[in-house]
Amino acid sequence: MSAILSVRDLEKTFGSIIAARDITLDIPPQQVVGVIGANGAGKTTFINMITGHLRPTKGSIQFEDRDITGKPSREITRLGISRSFQVAQIFPSLTVFENMCAAAAIARGTGGMLARALSPLRSPETLAEAEAAIELFRIGAYRDARSATLPHGVRKLLDIAMATVGTPRLLMLDEPTSGISIEEKFDVMDVVMSALKSRGVTVLFVEHDMEIVSRFAERVLAFYDGTVIADGAPAVALADARVQAFISGIRVVPPEAANA
Amino acid sequence: MMTPRTLAGALAFAVLAVAAPFAPAWLVSLATVAFANGLVVLGLVILWRAGLVPFGQALFYATGAYTVALIGRYTGVHDVFVTLAAGAAAAGLVAFLTGFLLARYRDIFFAMLSLAMSMILYGVLVKTETLGSTDGFHVESGTFLGFAPAGALHDLAFYWLVLAVCALAALQVAIYFDSVAGMLGAPVRDNEIRVEFLGISVNRLIHLKLVIAGVLAGLGGALAALAVEHVDPSMSYWTTSGGFVFVTILAGAGSVAAAFVGSLVFELVRSIAVDLFPGEWQIALGTALLLTILLLPGGLGSLVGRLPRLKRKTGAA
Repeated sequence: MSAILSVRDLEKTFGSIIAARDITLDIPPQQVVGVIGANGAGKTTFINMITGHLRPTKGSIQFEDRDITGKPSREITRLGISRSFQVAQIFPSLTVFENMCAAAAIARGTGGMLARALSPLRSPETLAEAEAAIELFRIGAYRDARSATLPHGVRKLLDIAMATVGTPRLLMLDEPTSGISIEEKFDVMDVVMSALKSRGVTVLFVEHDMEIVSRFAERVLAFYDGTVIADGAPAVALADARVQAFISGIRVVPPEAANA
Repeated sequence: MMTPRTLAGALAFAVLAVAAPFAPAWLVSLATVAFANGLVVLGLVILWRAGLVPFGQALFYATGAYTVALIGRYTGVHDVFVTLAAGAAAAGLVAFLTGFLLARYRDIFFAMLSLAMSMILYGVLVKTETLGSTDGFHVESGTFLGFAPAGALHDLAFYWLVLAVCALAALQVAIYFDSVAGMLGAPVRDNEIRVEFLGISVNRLIHLKLVIAGVLAGLGGALAALAVEHVDPSMSYWTTSGGFVFVTILAGAGSVAAAFVGSLVFELVRSIAVDLFPGEWQIALGTALLLTILLLPGGLGSLVGRLPRLKRKTGAA
C-alpha cells in the first residue's frame, strides 16, 4: 500500500454550482498536507466528501485500499478517518474531561452498535485514553471546566483532541487556527503537530496563514475554483504564480514582464 | 457494585416497604399508583436528557395497561409476573416499531409526532366496542405465583411488588446512565454532528432510548392497571402524557430518585388539592409547578441528589 488516501476524479455539484471538480491525488502515510485556497475554493467541500459528510457527485475515494466513496460519516470514522471542524464541535454542557470521555468511549467500543452503546462508560481504558489526550494537547488546566466557558483556543484544541481518540490513521483538520490570535497560532499548531507526529497520524489541514503552512506542511495542495491548481512541496507550491495571484495574495510580476 | 448511591436507594426502598403496614390505606394506594407512574417518568428522564420531550408517552403506558387487562380477560392468566412481563414487552415492541419513525425527529416535531401516535391508539380504543369503548373494562386483581391474597393484604402485597419493580428499574437505569449510551444524552442534545463524527449513529441511540423509555412506560401502565383494577382509553389520552411531562419537569432530570420523588409529590399535592379545593385543584397544581420552576430550576430531584459528574480518576479501579 503506497498511498493511505487515493482520490480519483472527485466532483461535487450543487445544482449548477460546481463546488469541486477533477480532484485526483494520492497521500502517502504520515505525510502532513497543508490545504490552501480562498473562501469557496472547495477546501471544506473536499474534506466533507472524504469524511462522508457530503456524497460526491462523481469519482472515487480509496482509504487504505478500501472504497469509502459515499459511506456515512460514522462508518468512515470507524474505519480510521477523523476530523476536526472550522467551528469547534464540542459538547458545551460537559466538562473537558467528560467531552474526552464521550469521545474515547464511542471510539473504543467494539462490536455492534447496541453492544457499544450499552458498554460501561467508566472503563479504565476509556478514562486513561481521555487523560492521555488531555495531557498530549496540554489542556489539563481546564479539565473540569464546563466546555461552554473555554477560551477559543482551548475549544479548538479540545475539538482536535476529541478527533484523535480511537487511533485514527488520517486526520483532517479544517482550519485548526481559525479565530486564534496571530501570537497564539504557532503555539497551538506546535501542540497539535507534535501531538499528532507522536502518534504517526497522516494529517491534512486547511490553513489560511501561509507562514503556518510553510512551517508545518510537507506538501501543499492549493485549491482554486473547486480544483487543485498546485500540488507539491511548500516552497514549490507557494511560489507558483497562480497560487500567488489567487491565494496567497502576493502580487507578483509576471516573469515576462520581469525580464523586459 | 455497591456505591453509596445504590446503598441510599436500597435503604430508601426498604424504609418505604417497612413503613407501609403502619401507613393509612389511602396513602398506600396513592403511593402504589405514584410509584407505578414514576416508572413512566423515569423513561421520560432518559429522553429528556437527550433533549426529547414526548407528548405521547401514554401510548406505551396504555399499551402496557391494556395488554395486562386483555391477557386477564381472554386467557385467564392473572399471575402478575407473567402479565407485567407481557405488558412491558408489548410496550417495548410498540416503541421499537414506532421508534423507526420517531427517532428521525427532534424538538417540537418529535413531541407532536409522539402525541399523534398516542392519539391514534386513543381513537382505536374509543371506537372498539370489544375493548369496552370509552368506558374501558374491569381488570381482575393479580395473583403472585399462585398466592392470591384479598383485601388489605392484597393491596399491601401489590404495593410491595410495585416497590420491588421500581427498585429494580431504578438500579437498571442507574447502570444505564453509567453506560456509553446513557452518558451520551447531553452530547446528543448538544451536538449531533460531533456524535456522528465520533462514530456512532444518533438516530440509533435515540431509538434505543425510546425503547427503554417505552418498556418503562409499559411497565408503569401495567402496574397502574392492576392497581386500579380498571383500564379505559383515557390512559392513552394526551392529557395523560402531559401529566407525565408535568411530573418530569417537577422532578427534574438530575437523578433516578427524582422520578419517584416527583411522582409521589405530584400525587400527594393533587390529592390534597382535590380535597381542599374540589373545583379549583388544577390552580393549586399549576402553582406548585410554577413555584418549582422558579425556586428549583433543577426540579425536586435537585434536593435529593444529582448524578455525579465525571471527575479525575472516578471509578478507576
